[in-house]
Amino acid sequence: MTATRPDGGLLRAAVLGVVALGLVLPIVAGLWQTARAGAGVMPAIGATAASLEPLRALVALPGFGTALWLTLVTGLTATALSLLLAVATCAALHGRLPARAAGRMLTPYLAAPHAAMAIGLAFLLAPSGWIARALAPLVGWDRPPMIATVNDPAGVALILGLMVKEVPFLLLVILSALSQLPVRQHLAAGRSLGYGRGIVWIKVIMPQVWPLIRLPVMVVLAYSLSVVDMALILGPSNPPTLSVLLLRLFQSPEIGLLLPASAGALVQALLVVAAFGLLWGLERAGRALGRWWVRRGGRGLSAEPGLWAATAVSAVLFAAGALAMLSLLVWSLAWRWPWPAIAPESWSLRAWSSPGGGWAGALGNTLILAAATTAISLTLAIAWLEGEDRARRGRAGWAEALIYLPLLVPQIGFLFGLNVLFLRMGLSGGYLAVIWAQALFVFPYVMIALSDPWRARDPRLDRAAAALGAGPWRRLFTVKLPVLLTPILTAVAIGIAVSVAQYLPTLFMGAGRIATLTTEAVTLSSASDRRVTGVYATLQAALPFAAYAAAFLIPALVWRNRRGLVA
Amino acid sequence: MTLELQAVAVAPRGGAPLFPPVSLSVRPGEVATVMGPSGIGKSTLLDAIGGHLAHGFTLSGSVRLDGTDLLPLPPEARRVGLMFQDAVLFPHLSVGDNLAFGLARSVRGRPARRAAVEAALERAGLAGLHDRDPATLSGGQRSRAALMRTLLAEPRALLLDEPFSKLDAALRDDLRAFTFDHIRSRNIPALLVTHDAEDARAAGGQVIALEP
Repeated sequence: MTATRPDGGLLRAAVLGVVALGLVLPIVAGLWQTARAGAGVMPAIGATAASLEPLRALVALPGFGTALWLTLVTGLTATALSLLLAVATCAALHGRLPARAAGRMLTPYLAAPHAAMAIGLAFLLAPSGWIARALAPLVGWDRPPMIATVNDPAGVALILGLMVKEVPFLLLVILSALSQLPVRQHLAAGRSLGYGRGIVWIKVIMPQVWPLIRLPVMVVLAYSLSVVDMALILGPSNPPTLSVLLLRLFQSPEIGLLLPASAGALVQALLVVAAFGLLWGLERAGRALGRWWVRRGGRGLSAEPGLWAATAVSAVLFAAGALAMLSLLVWSLAWRWPWPAIAPESWSLRAWSSPGGGWAGALGNTLILAAATTAISLTLAIAWLEGEDRARRGRAGWAEALIYLPLLVPQIGFLFGLNVLFLRMGLSGGYLAVIWAQALFVFPYVMIALSDPWRARDPRLDRAAAALGAGPWRRLFTVKLPVLLTPILTAVAIGIAVSVAQYLPTLFMGAGRIATLTTEAVTLSSASDRRVTGVYATLQAALPFAAYAAAFLIPALVWRNRRGLVA
Repeated sequence: MTLELQAVAVAPRGGAPLFPPVSLSVRPGEVATVMGPSGIGKSTLLDAIGGHLAHGFTLSGSVRLDGTDLLPLPPEARRVGLMFQDAVLFPHLSVGDNLAFGLARSVRGRPARRAAVEAALERAGLAGLHDRDPATLSGGQRSRAALMRTLLAEPRALLLDEPFSKLDAALRDDLRAFTFDHIRSRNIPALLVTHDAEDARAAGGQVIALEP
């Protein structure tokens, strides 16, 4: 008996080593450092005795309770509403909109960095923004209304901002899950049994979709509960959400506050764990309740209007996102723009005209970081997938969980501790530290984006090449990679978008010395000159858009004479 | 050159073998046929001989080509050509480059390699199609190009996985004759997997039926 022998052992060992040392170790070590500081042990600042004092100091901080409450409300509401809208929109539009067109429509929303989207939404929603200007003649406002529409104390603006980014993401995730299911047949079967379209979705399709989207929903949940940049721009300011409160503590000149801040980072991590627990409990309850409901056999013919209402809300969110992006560009080019004119009275390139004064440097840094992190992540992703091919086996569950790990742990929970380690290693404040920290978040997205197309390609091409005498490296470079050009470029575009959008890793690891478009845009968003903010935010959004456009155009050009590849 | 299978069986790890052990000896120039219902593992048998078996399968028995044990070798070193149901040309390469991909390394120098490819195209009735996108060829043209690609690699044996089943009847006879003629003139053993009895008759070699 000869069992088939797994090949590519060396490659797989190398990938495993890089992932363990480069990805898992920093997260675990960072969490450990944060946990130690949270328990009062941080020798660098002379704290050596473990105690609960940091936690007590944290709880005693003014506004801590409110911050905790705000975090829970905004995070859970944004996730729940986004999921609800995405599911309902999918149910209403699936089969009525071609999947490719839908995917293309979602791309700009996925590409837009959170910070740029938040700044644009702030421009749109503010009392002096487009919406108020459009309403002014109807309502008779002769000056901007005195309503806190942005940074409102209840966090409504933050919830909206999160939803504008999360609904498209969840839509994409659900669409890709649906492409693996026989939706049409199940819909037909369900409806022929007398169930309404909406009810078939809830009773038949969603229970099949859920296992496929559980992890992405957890990513959205963790993100919503720990978001920093959007919360700084759109969220309540006094008291802010927990993550913003912690950022203030971490950045405070008073070193003693690092300990309660670390304790807070642990609280943040526990909050996310608790939310995962809640999700698990809801899933169990939903399963039991769902079974009871399915067995009752209610036909519920009236779900359709609800679906269309949800779709309308989604459409409003999409429109708001588009207007937000547009407002960035308009503000960067505006000169005189008095209330309540809808368009500027005079235009100017002045905000753009002094690149040396700031944005050129930030753009350069952003490009360097995006190029480096994407190159590293793509190489590692291809090496990982090629290793799976050579061993001719699929991915184990723990490996899949490993890929998602950086997206499930709140950034603030381990980045501070990791930076303490980087400081000790003398890396902090340098490009290497920022590239490393950003790559922790770029790699998972690149890996996730590349995995499905990699596995979906025709395996017979490899066999044909091997039968013709091509060894594994020749097969990789002359057959697999060219055939996968389109998904590889899409993964690159996603990598660039994720890198450009990184705020906290750049801020912490760069120690304030590496300014990117994102860190500058977030800093400027609280300043008064919208024109300058508009320039940074426009550039920040333009980079990922350009990357996606290239990912779309390059294959079309390269493969213009290859019909088999331009499907 | 003789292809010898001795008690070859394939089983999913920990499971029962897909089919009873197969033993057969294919002489040079002979096209032997393996028949059986779909799902019995005919393609898996070819995968095992070619070295393309997926992880999790266990292979027992021995496969020898001209006395050499094939099983320890990686697929690219076995020199066993493979023909599929659809031609499986590389979609990113032109028709000519697909053939050049297969052309053995022993043909050296750009002009010589180009000439070899052009000659093969000519033989397959594909003259002038060197720069064409493979996706624009007809089904029969694609199959002939794939066969040429395989033969240019100078295989020592050939495996055919229902290569004619997707072609319409008139074309099928043509292509069978074309393929079998080439195998005979190369004097290499070939193993054909099919569920079309007509294929087996045209192949003219021994026929083995796989049954559960």
